[in-house]
Amino acid sequence: MAFRENPLGELKVPLTWTAAVAVIVAAVVAIALLATDRRGTIQAEAYGATRKAADAVAAPVGGVLSGPVRWVGAGVDSVRGYFFAISENRRLKAELKEAHEWRDAALALRNTNERYRILLGLKTDPPIPMISARIVTDTRGPFANTRLANVGKEMGVKPGYPVMSENGLVGRVIGVTTGASRVLLLTDISSRTPVMIDRTNARAILTGDGGPNPKLEYMRGQNPVQPGDRVVTSGDGGVLPRGLPVGVAAKGLDGRWRVILASDSAPVDFVRILEFEDFSQLVNQQELDKMPVPPPSTHAAATIGVTAAPAAGARPAAPTVGTPAPGTPTVKPPATAGAATPAASGTPVPAVPRPASPAAKAAVPAPAPKAASVPASKAAPVPAAKAAPAPKAAIKPAPASAPKPASVPASKAAPAPAAKAAAAPAPKAAAKPAPKSPAPKPAAKSEPHPASKARPPEKLEEPPL
Amino acid sequence: MSNAAGSLAPWQWIGVPMLFCLIWTILFAIPLRVFGLQLPEPVFAMWPVFAWAMIRPSILAPMAVLVLGLFLDIFWGGPLGLWALSLLAAYGAVLGARTMMIGQSAPVLWIWYAAVTGLALGMGALITIIRTQAVPSPYILLWQFVATILLYPFSQRLIDRFEDADVRFR
Repeated sequence: MAFRENPLGELKVPLTWTAAVAVIVAAVVAIALLATDRRGTIQAEAYGATRKAADAVAAPVGGVLSGPVRWVGAGVDSVRGYFFAISENRRLKAELKEAHEWRDAALALRNTNERYRILLGLKTDPPIPMISARIVTDTRGPFANTRLANVGKEMGVKPGYPVMSENGLVGRVIGVTTGASRVLLLTDISSRTPVMIDRTNARAILTGDGGPNPKLEYMRGQNPVQPGDRVVTSGDGGVLPRGLPVGVAAKGLDGRWRVILASDSAPVDFVRILEFEDFSQLVNQQELDKMPVPPPSTHAAATIGVTAAPAAGARPAAPTVGTPAPGTPTVKPPATAGAATPAASGTPVPAVPRPASPAAKAAVPAPAPKAASVPASKAAPVPAAKAAPAPKAAIKPAPASAPKPASVPASKAAPAPAAKAAAAPAPKAAAKPAPKSPAPKPAAKSEPHPASKARPPEKLEEPPL
Repeated sequence: MSNAAGSLAPWQWIGVPMLFCLIWTILFAIPLRVFGLQLPEPVFAMWPVFAWAMIRPSILAPMAVLVLGLFLDIFWGGPLGLWALSLLAAYGAVLGARTMMIGQSAPVLWIWYAAVTGLALGMGALITIIRTQAVPSPYILLWQFVATILLYPFSQRLIDRFEDADVRFR
């Protein structure tokens, strides 16, 4: 049968169209995979099972293939060391001499730093344990810069762990499987690392672009960086620990600030994976979500911060639990202690005698006598220094004219120590309203002290000295 | 004449080149430095992609391109589907312009190969820009482009070997 008579000879056009359809189908599959890919996140589940399986296979294969390379490299180093021993000895001696000076300076600084930390009560970072690993494959393209390390979850490696060489930061772990970990390099185009300039503390984001020198972006301030400035991790965001060496700042050919990575100064064959739990992993999100929210106050609209807004009439607005009236020291119940005022904390601040500012003394919210709940004209005020906290009365909302009892004239208030004032039991007379008994002398004055009359409740926040 | 189509066994013109691609890609991923310089990272999958589209239209070839692309994405640790889509774009472009390219000399085909490689890398850069809102380094793109177009002789060899295997598509 001749070729032209063969019906299969006419399949040229249909097969081309079929191939085109196959291309479209394959492209749809690729687009779907691309749309669902979440590479670069530190979530463990984002690193799919396919990638884990492929890494588990690729790591031993890469380890075997890179073995001869390492042996050859070690051999070359040996030969080089033999032939250049004298010059290297000179160089090492010079380095050692310089290192001694740095060691002395470092010891002195460490001593000073420890003293400062103790004095300031700083919470220092605990030492971070490390896992040693070997790099078995290396990707250097414009769209992906990753490396495969030969340790995995059997050694406790988790996504998000920082990876360092002996010279500086290399990247962070983005995927873990048995026997292998995928490390996203700082140079990867999806890598974003919070860093700071060591000299100026200026913050920046180290942004990879696939090239060997990632960019410094989002820098603030005037001249925050100069060529040669040391760049370290800032620890912002809690993803990386603070102070890991990253590299040295340099101006790129495109005019942007870039970083010459410290880890690039030598081949990255062995690395250390820092077992650093980032902040987002340490924090208990469920517990944070359970934080009680204070109930909305009925007079919430009339408050500005902690200060009650003046009412329309001449009298000030009746204080509520959330809105203390001016000069009315109230202790809020702990259940509604959402507001960040000292009174709201449930531990009233005792009166502190301060001759220079007597007004502040009477305004301290510690003494909240029951008399606060009666009209001011009938209240039996107690000297501030002897008044004990009376939460019972304080829970009740005080009337609008209640500030008077607490506002003892400054000249008659006994300057008692703070501890005594806080611990002293409330006198009976003070706890009970005494409408008909003659009031003590300070109470006889129905008018409060001018200094305390218009005292804003912000004074309540004065901390004890 | 049935042996004309039968002589072009898929494992010969698709399977073997694909295997070579995988091996060379793995070999070039070894962390090797020579005098402080790293090895280039050419896209080894480009030469079979170009040759497959030139040899004949096929249903298997696009699927092989998809598998190759997914392998590159997984092995290189890139976004899954990036290289698959880029290589498929290159394959589709060659398939569409096949009638124009067929029968031309090797240097001209090399130029076509370079253009298709540029298309694939441009597609990858576009996807990366959309995904990460960042532009890949043009120097690294150029470096990979140069390293990849140097692989054209492999593609030419594959075309020469199988171009006449199926006379229906000459």
